[in-house]
Amino acid sequence: MIPKPPVLELLKLEVGFPGAPIVKGIDLKIEEGEKVALVGESGCGKSLTAFSILRLLPQAARITGGQVIFDGHDLATLPAHELRRIRGKGIALILQEPMTSLNPVLPIGLQVAENILQHEKLSRRAAKERVIELLDLVGIPNPRERYTMYPHNFSGGMRQRVMIAMAIACNPRLLIADEPTTALDVTIQAQVMDLLEDLCSKLSMAMLLITHDLGAVAQWTDRVAVMYAGRIVETAPIAPFFAGPQHPYSQGLMNSSVDDGWHYSSHRLTEITGNVHSALGERGCAFAPRCPLAAPGCRETPPPLELAGPDWHVACYRRAEAMAPSPVAASH
Amino acid sequence: MSLLDVENLRTAYTVKGKTFYAVDGVSFSVGAKETVGLVGESGCGKSTLGKTVMRLIEPASGKITLDGHDIATLPEAQMRPMRRKLQMVFQDPYASLNPRQTIWQMLETPLKVHGVADPAERRRIIEAMAEKIGFPKASLQRFAHEFSGGQRQRIGIARALILEPELVVCDEAVSALDLSIQAQILNLLVDLKREMGLAFLFISHDLSVVRYISDRVLVMYLGKIVESADHATLWNSPRHPYTRALLSSVPSTDPAKKIGGAISGEISTKIPETGCRFRARCPIAEARCALEAPELKTLPGGNAVACHLA
Repeated sequence: MIPKPPVLELLKLEVGFPGAPIVKGIDLKIEEGEKVALVGESGCGKSLTAFSILRLLPQAARITGGQVIFDGHDLATLPAHELRRIRGKGIALILQEPMTSLNPVLPIGLQVAENILQHEKLSRRAAKERVIELLDLVGIPNPRERYTMYPHNFSGGMRQRVMIAMAIACNPRLLIADEPTTALDVTIQAQVMDLLEDLCSKLSMAMLLITHDLGAVAQWTDRVAVMYAGRIVETAPIAPFFAGPQHPYSQGLMNSSVDDGWHYSSHRLTEITGNVHSALGERGCAFAPRCPLAAPGCRETPPPLELAGPDWHVACYRRAEAMAPSPVAASH
Repeated sequence: MSLLDVENLRTAYTVKGKTFYAVDGVSFSVGAKETVGLVGESGCGKSTLGKTVMRLIEPASGKITLDGHDIATLPEAQMRPMRRKLQMVFQDPYASLNPRQTIWQMLETPLKVHGVADPAERRRIIEAMAEKIGFPKASLQRFAHEFSGGQRQRIGIARALILEPELVVCDEAVSALDLSIQAQILNLLVDLKREMGLAFLFISHDLSVVRYISDRVLVMYLGKIVESADHATLWNSPRHPYTRALLSSVPSTDPAKKIGGAISGEISTKIPETGCRFRARCPIAEARCALEAPELKTLPGGNAVACHLA
C-alpha cells in the first residue's frame, strides 16, 4: 500500500521581517485527520508559522525560504487567485478573538453563508439551509432564529462556535486554530475543544492547534511540536511526550507548569531562568543561554532535529544528558 | 479575629437605569499570613469583589473589617492610612505601570505618601525591595517599557509590597505571563509571603494556579460564594456541583486522564430572581432549587457550601 501523502507539509519554512528572521527553517508534516499542536511561548513564531501557511502575514513580513506543500501545490509561491480557492475551502482558520473576528454589522448567518457562496455553486436559499445545518452542528440552539442575529447578541463561547461553523462550512481538509480558547473560560474551553475534536473525526479533518496550554495539548491532540525562538526543538506523539519530554526546554515547560496535586507548601516550581530575549544574537542553540545543560559546543551551530524514538524528533546536542536521571527534575 | 472579615458585602452597578448586584451578599475572611484563592468564570464578580475590598469601588452595603476597623464606609482621609496594610497587584503589567515614571519614582511615591520623610530611609527601603525582586540597583533609574512582561510584574509586586502591607489582593497577577515566567512569579510570591508574613487574596480564573498557591479557596458564581474549602478538600472532594464542573473542565497534562465531560451552558448575565443561580446549568437540580436560594452553610470542619443537595 502506498502511504497517503500528508495533508500539509512545511519544508524548511522561513518567515521574517526585513532584517529580522522570525521563523528559521521549520519542517512539519500533518497527516490526514491528524491533530497536531504547535506550542511555545509568546514571540517564538508559532502564530507567524500558522499565518504563513495561508500567506496571511502582517505587512512587511515575508516568506523568505522553504515550501508549504498542500494538495500538491506550494502555497508559498502559488498565484494569489489560486490561493484564494484554497483559503476557506481546503484550509480554514479560526482565531483567538471571537470578539473581533466577526463583522459587527452583519447578521452571523450571512457571514457563515459568505464562505459557502464563495466556494460552492449553491443558491442563496440552499446556502441558508446549509448554514442552519452548520449552526446546529456546532451546537448553537435555535439556529433558524439565530441566523439573523448579530455578533453582539452572542457570548464569547457562542461566537467561537459561529467562527467554527464558518471554518468548517466547506469541509476543509485542514483547520488551523490559533489559540481558539485562550479568551474563554475553562468550562467553555472544554465545550469548544470537545466540539473541535468531534468535528475533526466526523469530517475527517486535520487540525493544527496553536496554543501555549500544555493541558489542552495533552487532552485534544495527537502529536505535539514544541517551538523555541523560531525553530522546532521537539516533536513527538503526545503519550510518550507527556511521559517524558527529551528536550531541556520541553522539560522546563513541563516542570514550570503547575501539576495535579502540587502545593506551594511542599513543592517549589522549577523555573526556566531568564527569558526568550536571551536568544537574540545566539549563533548556536537558541535555548543555550537558559539551558541547565548547555555546553560550549551548543553555542556554535544550532542542533538539527534528530530521530529520538518512533516518530519522535529532538534538536539537542545534550539529549543523552537530558534523558539521564533528570537534573531539571532533581533540583526541587 | 481574622485579618480581613467581609460580611454580607454587596456591590451595585447601574446599567441603563437598572441596578444589579455584581457582588451579592458575600461573606468571607482571610486570616493573617493566609492565602485565600478566589475562582470563578469571567463575569462572576470576582474582580469586582477584589476591587470592593480595596475600596476602589464603593460597596453598596455590608462590612469590610481590616484588623478590627470597619473600612467599608471610611472617608478617603481616614482610609488612606489603612491602605498601607492593604495593597493590590494588577493583571496587566503593561497597563498598570506609569510609563513616564522611572521604577525608582514608582517605588518612592507610596513611601512619600505614607510619610517616610527621610530620603536616606526611603533609599534603604527601595534598595532592599529591589534586591528582593532580583533587580540590580542601576535598573531602578529605567522606565517600565524597558522591561519584559515578567520583569514588569515584579515591579508591580515591589510597588505593592514596599509599604509592607499585611494583605495583598492579586487580581489575575500571573494570567498574562508565559508559563516559564509564571513559575518565576509564583515562586517569588511564595518567597515574599514567607519572608514578609503576607496574606493574599488571590483572584484567578486559572484553577491550577489557584490550587498551587492557596491555603483556602472560595468559588464564586454570579455574585455569590457557592463553596469555601481548604485546598486539599476542595480538590479531593468538591461538594458543590459547580465546583465539580469547574474542576473537571481543567485539562490535565496527563493524556491518559481525559476530562470528565464538559458542563453544558454558559454563565448568564441575567441573575434569576428566585432559587439557586446555578440551577440552569446544574446536572442535579430539582424543583426545589428553582424556588429557594440555598444559603452558604458551614459544615463541620469550617468549610462551607451553598447547595440544597450537597
